[in-house]
Amino acid sequence: MTIADRIDIHPTHNYRDFKLRRGKPFPFGASLVPGGVNFSIFSRHATDCTLVLFERHGEQPMMEIPFPEEFRIGNVYCMVVFGLDYENLEYGYRMDGPNDFAKGQWFDRTKILADPYAKLMGGRDVWGTPPDWLNNYQHRSRIVFDDFDWEDDRPLEIEPEDQIIYEMHVRSFTRDPSSAVPEKHQGTFAGIRDKIPYLKELGVNAIELMPIFEFDEFENSRVNPETGEMLLNYWGYSTVGFFAPKAGYAATGKLGMQADELKALVKELHKNGIEIILDVVFNHTAEGNEQGPTISFRGIDNKTYYMLTPEGYYFNFSGCGNTLNCNNPIVRDLVLDCLRYWAEEYHIDGFRFDLASILGRDPWGFPLANPPLLESLAFDPILAKCKLIAEAWDAGGLYQVGSFPAYGRWAEWNGKYRDTLRKFIKGDATVGEMAQRLQGSPDLYAWEGRAPATSINFITAHDGFTLMDLVSYNDKHNQANGENNNDGDNSNESWNCGWEGATDDLAIQALRRRQIKNALAMLMVSQGVPMILMGDELGRTKQGNNNTYCHDNELNWLDWQLLDTNADLFRFFQQCIAFRKAHPVLRNRQHFQNQDYVGSGYADITWHGTQAWNADWSKDSRCLAFLLCGKHARQGTREDNYIYVAMNLHWQANWFELPGLPADMNWHVFANTGAASPEDIWQPGSEPKLEDQGGILLGDRSVVILVGR
Amino acid sequence: MSFNAILEINDNVATISLSGDLDANSAPMFKQTVESIPPEDVSKLVLLAEDLDYMSSAGLRVLIFSKQKMGSDVEIYIVSPQEMVLDTLEKTGFHHSVTIVDEYEAVAT
Repeated sequence: MTIADRIDIHPTHNYRDFKLRRGKPFPFGASLVPGGVNFSIFSRHATDCTLVLFERHGEQPMMEIPFPEEFRIGNVYCMVVFGLDYENLEYGYRMDGPNDFAKGQWFDRTKILADPYAKLMGGRDVWGTPPDWLNNYQHRSRIVFDDFDWEDDRPLEIEPEDQIIYEMHVRSFTRDPSSAVPEKHQGTFAGIRDKIPYLKELGVNAIELMPIFEFDEFENSRVNPETGEMLLNYWGYSTVGFFAPKAGYAATGKLGMQADELKALVKELHKNGIEIILDVVFNHTAEGNEQGPTISFRGIDNKTYYMLTPEGYYFNFSGCGNTLNCNNPIVRDLVLDCLRYWAEEYHIDGFRFDLASILGRDPWGFPLANPPLLESLAFDPILAKCKLIAEAWDAGGLYQVGSFPAYGRWAEWNGKYRDTLRKFIKGDATVGEMAQRLQGSPDLYAWEGRAPATSINFITAHDGFTLMDLVSYNDKHNQANGENNNDGDNSNESWNCGWEGATDDLAIQALRRRQIKNALAMLMVSQGVPMILMGDELGRTKQGNNNTYCHDNELNWLDWQLLDTNADLFRFFQQCIAFRKAHPVLRNRQHFQNQDYVGSGYADITWHGTQAWNADWSKDSRCLAFLLCGKHARQGTREDNYIYVAMNLHWQANWFELPGLPADMNWHVFANTGAASPEDIWQPGSEPKLEDQGGILLGDRSVVILVGR
Repeated sequence: MSFNAILEINDNVATISLSGDLDANSAPMFKQTVESIPPEDVSKLVLLAEDLDYMSSAGLRVLIFSKQKMGSDVEIYIVSPQEMVLDTLEKTGFHHSVTIVDEYEAVAT
């Protein structure tokens, strides 16, 4: 029997010219079936549902097909429509039901609603094209094809401790003409693909993309009264479609091929040994607060999808107007289905969860001891090899760095690492806490048996100053955001090195460069997983703006000319990354035991100060050094060199006495941030021997890394 | 412009001359043409694309279909695509799955 003869794919109903049959409830969304499309959507509280079909870009629906009551199964409306030209189809739903604010019900059949499971979305096909606000269906569900030619590609499954993450924004990376990618690729997935050789040259092996789920760059768009400039939702932390890649990030978005273009990027990244991690925003949606637009969830089942106060208002643990009701079983399944889809269909290697603590709250906002969603994600068979990284706090005051419900799987953006390093770099005496951070924060994670790679170590990220601004500004300068400098974090732990902002003072310039190198050197010798912010390797500035979420301009666009201006910084980053890769002792899988368990005569880690074997832990100390015994690399399973790191964050130079090495070894200088380029850093393996094996002078605010071999 | 696809099979080489616009309306015709090629009889599929003015996502879909239908033993060549078509192939990464050449002679033997 051929497929065409099967009776279960024959129409049973007619509606005008369309042939129909009862659909399958799973999977939710629109799926291709023989001869037609299966539409399936959940609503617990709707009283009826209508499928609305458009020709692509059509202003008015070409047809509206009410779901016959017999096509509803439980709370799911499902229907197969035959003979659709699904290449040129856009679809949505109308839902009818109670409209009662106090009860949390917002049904309104005048609204056309996007499918929460839409795999493609039209309406913002080309970045920055002003929308037709009069159109009553702004974000249009479309049907995707799962026929990309992956060949033998699959996620790389790089061991977590071996990752070096590069956090980046799709458009910012190549939008500036100085990127030298073809104009039509600028600011797109294709543009990133063009720049893979650069990423390889730098040495990172994972990129973390700021949100790429479909969002509306025109959400809350406005003109800055001071500058007349249009401000957009540029970063995209406000999801419109969880299953759809942002069309405006694809050079082929206007052709509806954004899925292919993104997949082509993933495939090419994997071919080059680079993983891709997505920054996913499940804490809220683009529907905002009570004044926000009705796009999808609000009109489909407001009470199910959002956390509501007893009076019917939105809880706002996200700081963005609403909070997705993540531990409702329906929403939980949506999140799980979504991540499985990205892992399976796009071969995504990992996810970073924005304001992840919200995912651990119950429907009334209380933190759960054993959050079902986080547990489901941790044990999911399809996500089993995906990295799961939590931003372990939310805007409602729940701060869970070190206590995020991990189930042995979740890593965390370590905000305490960031703050401690920043304080130490600017000269605060924090050696005790620094020791913890350099070891992979065992104080936060070891007690629960969580590995060093739990700690995603970073000093800068998209929120906050760039590394250059961290050493150039004491205070944020966010006037260009049009919010009277009230937005953005006030707690930056930054130091401008003596002058606020750009300066001609050569001494200050030199100090800033040294501080950048100090920061990177410490990051790269810390146990855990380092994350670098895009452009820090080039000394990128955002002019002191620490919250550039709304700027589609040079404040965010990476200036590639910095590669010439700051070649020494790029080289320093490149070599530090290469050094980390060359030395497994920097990438341990378990926390240090502070003892010699391989019989080398050295403990796995020992602490020093200006005197060898005698660290100064006093409250005024700004000098710290440590020695890693190479024979303990990866718990003694790998042979490595000995590595000694000395940090002098004092304003005066200090002599550091060196711990002795085994008889046949000598100290070699890999990095000395106090030395002028190019003698500030050496290619791993070609480090020169240190003249005085007994000690080394560290200049003021300098870091030295030695290799014993 | 109306689409046309003309198939010839000679010496294990299937050649399809494409012209006009390959979009959602014309893609089924192209697909039918590809389906009519017995994969066991050919070692190369050559698509003459010089006169192909436009290719939509539907057209790309059929190219992907051709690759998967013909199997990995059949080499696919696209000869002399116009800039728009080439651009689409490159942005979606499909140029890695086929061989793009300027001259038919380069693959005819």
